[in-house]
Amino acid sequence: MIQMQHFLMMSAVIFVLGIYTVVTRKNVLGILLGTELVLNAAALNIVIFGFYGNQTIESSIYALFVIVLAAAEAAVALAVGLTLYQNFKTIDTTETRELKG
Amino acid sequence: MMTPMQDLAFAALSGIVIAAGCLIAFSRNLVYSAFALLGAFVGVAGYFVLLGADFVAVIQLLVYIGGIMVLYLFAVLMTSGIGDVTLTNRSIATKASAPLCIVLIILLGKLIYTTEWYVAAEPTEIAPTTAAIGNALLTEYLLPFELASVLLLGTLVGTVALARRGVKVIKKS
Repeated sequence: MIQMQHFLMMSAVIFVLGIYTVVTRKNVLGILLGTELVLNAAALNIVIFGFYGNQTIESSIYALFVIVLAAAEAAVALAVGLTLYQNFKTIDTTETRELKG
Repeated sequence: MMTPMQDLAFAALSGIVIAAGCLIAFSRNLVYSAFALLGAFVGVAGYFVLLGADFVAVIQLLVYIGGIMVLYLFAVLMTSGIGDVTLTNRSIATKASAPLCIVLIILLGKLIYTTEWYVAAEPTEIAPTTAAIGNALLTEYLLPFELASVLLLGTLVGTVALARRGVKVIKKS
């Protein structure tokens, strides 16, 4: 059978790729893509531990709440990104430094 | 209980996820990154199926690919000049962050493979979980469930309020 560690390792790979995306991108949308990867890795980890560990339904429920929160976060962050684009005509994080409205 | 078929599926899904993740992280064009997100989400949904979380896998497909992916594609394609590499996808500090990320993955791998994880004697057979999830959501997890719905309502109102700020309301005189 597939070892638990292999699943955890894949989750860690997804997590680190997400972190790398968040750190290196200048584009707001690129940063958000990275956060989606990180959240997905977290949900995957919860399900892995639920399957190999206590084997109750709770892991699925926590993963579902992670997905719901990720959806809410994506919607708000993209609205902020569009507003940013309307105000600055760019979504480069190094150029949108003014907070004054 | 894990058949060779499942090993094969795990290997294939790992290939998809790693390829898609690398495309997201290293692609020069943001449109490619946004489409590669599809591959990563499908791969993780496959992992959920292998781990016996069938309902979560379906929700992953519906919410992530049907909702979030489309939202991202809208946002990516609505901000103009997205095809221009120098404009849309400049990256910073790659020389400093790449070694740090490699160190991070090595540390995480060491942690994962040296820790004595608690593993139940025999992982259960893969069975439908939908009915049990429905029962739990309406009994034990009713409060978080309702709070999530309130949160989604707040998100809806807040998103509309943010996004239509630039739209001027024309008054009929």
